[in-house]
Amino acid sequence: MTLYVLCFALFLVGLYGILTKRDLVKIILSSGIMGYACNLMLVLFGYRSGGVYPILEKGKDAAAMVDPLPQALVLTSIVIELGVTSLLAALAIRLYQKYRTYDITKIRSLAG
Amino acid sequence: MITPYFVIIPLFAALLIPFVSRRNDVRAAYLSLAAVLSLVVLSGYAFVRLNGDTLVYKLSAWKLPIGINLVLDAFSSLMLAMVSLIALTSLVYSVNYIRHLGADWRYYSLFMILVAGMNGVLVTGDLFNLFVFMEIALMAAVALVAYGGRAHEFEAAFKYAVMASVSASLILVGIAVVYGATSSLGLATIAQSLGRTSPLIVLWVGGLFMAGFGVKAAAMPFHAWLPDAHSSAPAPISAMLSGVLIKTLGVYVLIRLFYNVLGAPHLFLQIFLGLGAVSIILSNVLAIGQWDLKRLLAYSSIGQVGYILLAAGLGTPLGMVGAVFHMVNHAVFKSLLFYNAGALETALGTRDLRQMGNVTRLLPVTSRTSMVASLAISGIPPFNGFFSKLIIIIAAVQAGQPVFAIVAVVGSLISMAAFLKVQRYGLRGGRTVEKLVGHVDGWMKTAMIILAALCLATSLLVVPGIREVTLDPVVKVIMDKTGYAQVVLGK
Repeated sequence: MTLYVLCFALFLVGLYGILTKRDLVKIILSSGIMGYACNLMLVLFGYRSGGVYPILEKGKDAAAMVDPLPQALVLTSIVIELGVTSLLAALAIRLYQKYRTYDITKIRSLAG
Repeated sequence: MITPYFVIIPLFAALLIPFVSRRNDVRAAYLSLAAVLSLVVLSGYAFVRLNGDTLVYKLSAWKLPIGINLVLDAFSSLMLAMVSLIALTSLVYSVNYIRHLGADWRYYSLFMILVAGMNGVLVTGDLFNLFVFMEIALMAAVALVAYGGRAHEFEAAFKYAVMASVSASLILVGIAVVYGATSSLGLATIAQSLGRTSPLIVLWVGGLFMAGFGVKAAAMPFHAWLPDAHSSAPAPISAMLSGVLIKTLGVYVLIRLFYNVLGAPHLFLQIFLGLGAVSIILSNVLAIGQWDLKRLLAYSSIGQVGYILLAAGLGTPLGMVGAVFHMVNHAVFKSLLFYNAGALETALGTRDLRQMGNVTRLLPVTSRTSMVASLAISGIPPFNGFFSKLIIIIAAVQAGQPVFAIVAVVGSLISMAAFLKVQRYGLRGGRTVEKLVGHVDGWMKTAMIILAALCLATSLLVVPGIREVTLDPVVKVIMDKTGYAQVVLGK
């Protein structure tokens, strides 16, 4: 249970960062933290206490293994997150070239 | 077994485009036009031949609880036809229009990836697969929003990407909860086993998905990214985003999940109604206040999505007819309005309504088609918008929700006021424009004329004989609720 609460706290840290930080780089980092929390949660849902790695070998019992599917999902989701993060970073670099600042309060040329 | 080709064709075209085109964009344009034309033919064929049936394709022949399956039913094939048709006109419009941002094959490649992602979302029958396709479509969409390369476009794209990543996280948590509760990811198997778990799980899952996909659909409290992103993109891309992207990633997925997977729980239908009503009134009021033509159109999109959500929230078959019909109609007339905005921007060099004037003599095609689209979106007969709004209002009264019927009527009047403003200032103003700074060419005119004709043609969908073969099978799939699972698993 503690693990789930900590995981949720990590998610909230990311959300807090996205909502309150003014620096583009910090926003990107916060969105990364949020993604990590989701991945962690997925892995946690597939875990069972005392479980072993899910590779079927001779003389090993499948019942004791952790669920491998969430791990596959997390791998996919990490790759997607890499793409999103690099896209965000590329946009941040171009924004810096245009405005010479990473501070979003100085960038806002668009309103609401 | 045509289902996978809806993803394969555009994805393969996106891969092929860099190889066949060197330095110029002519071959890229023709290749992508050919790809999308084949998608139009394929989806039309699929819709006609399916005739209300469901086609299940098992990837690598794995059976359902283990493998991933693609499901082609009436709802997804209608949406596929809509996406391909709007993509086709959008590409026709782009051929010369996009050259003012440089003749570049990358535009067409990104466009094809966008289409592949949307088609993937529509045909997939697996929750995580849906998430992956959604991210593919969103990445292409973000890149296309920033395509113009000006400062405010990067800013809009950044905002869009951050909002997309937040909603993606929420959706991923939702998927984790679903997997934790049911140990499966296929939509059909989830639909079967989620009913047996506690109602609290349904509440959690529904809440997370409502927030996550609500951002994609840009319903009112989640709308902040839309006016920036949709007004900063090049005109054909705005048409794609407003016309079909928010519907496939937002509304389609919401209806699919809440009706076919969760079985239309009453609480969430109430939320649909609330979100819809708030969107209809507020966004149309905000639209009136805009002087930037494309921002006005973007705000009005939020309101039109509100109509679809409201109709979907009624939970009656007639309401669902209205929702599906309005979805198709909005794709047609909102794309047309964005094309008109792009043509005006090309011809006058501005998007500010105050600096426009009377262009009816110089731009006859643009001004006439925009009149058609404005009448359609304000709900004037005989155009398609009138019929879908009428169905939604009748359905609201029949469902015993007269308040929401009044909201729909009032929203329609407010949106009419917004489009009177567009006509009064943008195209039929007091000051006659003497000369144009740019030329609206044949490709752009063709795209606008096709959609203006469709504005009239789609109103035929309510004619009883035609409605039975077009809208009714779609509504039957949706109102079947979790019967979807039996249909998919039964084969």
